[in-house]
Amino acid sequence: MAYASDGIASHRLPPDDYVRNFADLTPPLSRHEATVAADRCYFCYDAPCAQACPTHIDIPLFIRQITTANPHGAAETILGANIMGGMCARVCPVEQLCEEACVREHAEGKPVQIGLLQRYATDTLMAEREGQPFVRQPDTGKRIAVVGAGPAGLSCAHRLAMLGHGVTVFDAKPKAGGLNEYGIATYKTTNDFAQREVDFILSIGGISVETGKALGRDVTLTQLQADYDAVFLGMGLAGFNSLSGMPEFAQVTDAVPFIEELRQASDKATVPVGRKVVVIGGGMTAIDAAVQAKKLGAEEVTIAYRRGPEHMKASQFEQDLAKTSGVTIRHWAVPKSFDGTDGRLTTVLFDHAPPGLNGPPETVAIQADMVLAAIGQSLFDEPLGRTVALSGGRIVVDAERRTSHTGVWAGGDCVFGGQDLTVAAVEDGKQAALSIDRFLRGAQALPQAAE
Amino acid sequence: MADLSTNFLGIKSPNPFWLASAPPTDRYVNVTRAFKAGWGGVVWKTLGEDPPVVNVSGPRYGAIHGADRRLIGLNNIELITDRPLAINLQEIKQVKREFPDRAMVVSIMVPCEEKSWAHILPMIEETGADGIELNFGCPHGMSERGMGSAVGQVPEYIEMVARWCKHYTRMPVIVKLTPNITDIRRPARAAKAGGADAVSLINTINSVMGVDLDRMCPSPHVDGKGTHGGYCGPAVKPIALSMVSEIARDAETQGLPISAIGGITTWRDAAEFIAMGAGTVQVCTAAMTYGFKIVEEMITGLKSWMDAKGYASLDEFRGRAVGNTTDWQYLNLNYVVKARIDQDLCIKCGRCHIVCEDTSHQAIWPIVDGVRKFVVNDAECVGCNLCADVCPVEGCITMEHQTEGTDPRTGLRYDRPYANWTTHPNNPASTVKIAAE
Repeated sequence: MAYASDGIASHRLPPDDYVRNFADLTPPLSRHEATVAADRCYFCYDAPCAQACPTHIDIPLFIRQITTANPHGAAETILGANIMGGMCARVCPVEQLCEEACVREHAEGKPVQIGLLQRYATDTLMAEREGQPFVRQPDTGKRIAVVGAGPAGLSCAHRLAMLGHGVTVFDAKPKAGGLNEYGIATYKTTNDFAQREVDFILSIGGISVETGKALGRDVTLTQLQADYDAVFLGMGLAGFNSLSGMPEFAQVTDAVPFIEELRQASDKATVPVGRKVVVIGGGMTAIDAAVQAKKLGAEEVTIAYRRGPEHMKASQFEQDLAKTSGVTIRHWAVPKSFDGTDGRLTTVLFDHAPPGLNGPPETVAIQADMVLAAIGQSLFDEPLGRTVALSGGRIVVDAERRTSHTGVWAGGDCVFGGQDLTVAAVEDGKQAALSIDRFLRGAQALPQAAE
Repeated sequence: MADLSTNFLGIKSPNPFWLASAPPTDRYVNVTRAFKAGWGGVVWKTLGEDPPVVNVSGPRYGAIHGADRRLIGLNNIELITDRPLAINLQEIKQVKREFPDRAMVVSIMVPCEEKSWAHILPMIEETGADGIELNFGCPHGMSERGMGSAVGQVPEYIEMVARWCKHYTRMPVIVKLTPNITDIRRPARAAKAGGADAVSLINTINSVMGVDLDRMCPSPHVDGKGTHGGYCGPAVKPIALSMVSEIARDAETQGLPISAIGGITTWRDAAEFIAMGAGTVQVCTAAMTYGFKIVEEMITGLKSWMDAKGYASLDEFRGRAVGNTTDWQYLNLNYVVKARIDQDLCIKCGRCHIVCEDTSHQAIWPIVDGVRKFVVNDAECVGCNLCADVCPVEGCITMEHQTEGTDPRTGLRYDRPYANWTTHPNNPASTVKIAAE
């Protein structure tokens, strides 16, 4: 039976609902709340939280600075280790990193609210102070090309600029920020925070950003190597894995452009969404797409994942968020086919094969007028040619983030063995910048990345 | 069920919890609210001669806060009552008539002249009050006028005024002592010599709570200037306990009744002061922080603890801790404890390690067998207790008495008999030397 509201449509909700649905998922702490939360920190020795942070922020120190009414000092502690401390405070899976390691998680099951405290400190600094607390060292005359203005590229560029080098950042998109700008769920980074953070980072000076410049199309790695003293590759994963061998419907699209369209829409009501949406995948992108489809007014949203809950790349927090947002998660559901009438998608068919099932898998049909595929992204490696070694379709780097090719570094999602986290990308960029700096100053390259 | 009723100098109260002479006891409305809440008695806010003093209209109180703004210490620059004497006397009389079973003690501060005391005492006696407390303690404002702690710091004056009071009234006389003095036993002895029936202590401690770094003046300030005030609250309790113990165990003042004051916030604080010899306890800051209802916690808590211990009355444990309060020189130097960390309770914050490593004896390992684990190295542990003091988990680190074997730190056996400094070979003053082992 078909309803008038079936199909992909915009303006499904009253205007106020969009404002509420896409407001900050976790509102920031007030000064009072921050003081109370900060008081719970024990100032641990060799703190487990800081060990668990990929960028090794000195968490006990910054929290103590909050308790002593020094939020600007706290922010400097954070940003000195992680220039994207503001975004990481919003998007880090803290329940798997610092807050999981917190001794109070061990003691009481209630960790210190490290993520929210980090946001309090960095937001306070950005709101109350012009520019940034870091200054450029004297110009070295060296020039570095950074490919990709996402977390890895901007982190690398900032650290290089701090060290006195000149940096040009190339990005294929019209705006800098990478996934921070285009890929993160809207309710995690409200009020154009990604662009404000980009401006904050660039305010150190010495960095020029060239948007709309794609590697392989507008610039080539060979030319960059010829024109610059070093190259950092942080272009992320531009390709999407596709559902192969399935009937084609216009209502079956990739989740990444859907999230991107939503992020870029100034009026969320204009973003069309299905009435019954199925998201295929089990990672953060699947959750972000599903939750936001629900928030756009889809009546039924189902995440279909081929394996069990313990295999999902999305954190437990994210899985819970999906459930509390009204999203159904179906496990052990392997996409089999699409069905529809007159070119309009109506049904997704799955093989349901939970472990321990005897006999052939059961076929399950889920009604859908929109399918979003979130089954992973891949490195668009064509522009790299054979310059750098790849493994598992991604760039191989050593501990200093050096590729197999002298003079070329890489970091972020495009490298092999990474965690696919913003915070890990920031660390990659920072470590690569330190390595590039040593390389350019002629210092002996260290066997392992320092700092 | 334990009986909390108290008879202090013949002044009876249903429990030992009195409100100290302070803002909470300044007027009829406050005191009747306190009695309805269950307080056993009050010491009415200090009366003086007319015309009444005036108070500042700026801030009177400053505070020290702990975590989550828990009030740890309070100071004040309020003076004695700023209401006419006649009004106070009339209200005292009225309250006593309405609550005859509660203790009504009246605090007094008049100039150090016999005629002043001779004049005011009969008027107070006429109210039906149970006793008087001589305010020789306030360290601010009144002391500049030759009263309060200016008297309390001169034992001869204490003795003289106490004697006048005993002469001009039949009421029991309690002398309230200032802690702003080197040896608290001297004013206590003077009070006793003057015939005082009891002492109460401590009054507030001289203090400047902070400096306003914008205005560059003490905080809080009155129009840009600040002054020292009297410090009280939980932070001063250890100072008060020490001074109470000094008087309780002094040969000359032993047995002199004591009404203890200083940071009493919970039933446990009260029990500790009573164990140290106090007849009653006086509370102010706790009430000024939480309101009068806290007395319910104090009454029920003290009763529960006494029931659990089998004490039927306060007298059964009063003063029990006095005999165990001694001088350093008599402590057993052969008593050896070592810190023990309960690995099940440990949350691995590592604070015990870092404070021992940085500031003490390097006696706690942070990593054992390659994992984060905090374990005491007996060969370095001096049993100082710092690790247990800083540990955020109660009961996780304990100091365990060692009785068998040899101390790896000193090479000496744990089971050596009691020996103290007076007989130690390193003590040049010791006459009886026990040979070093």
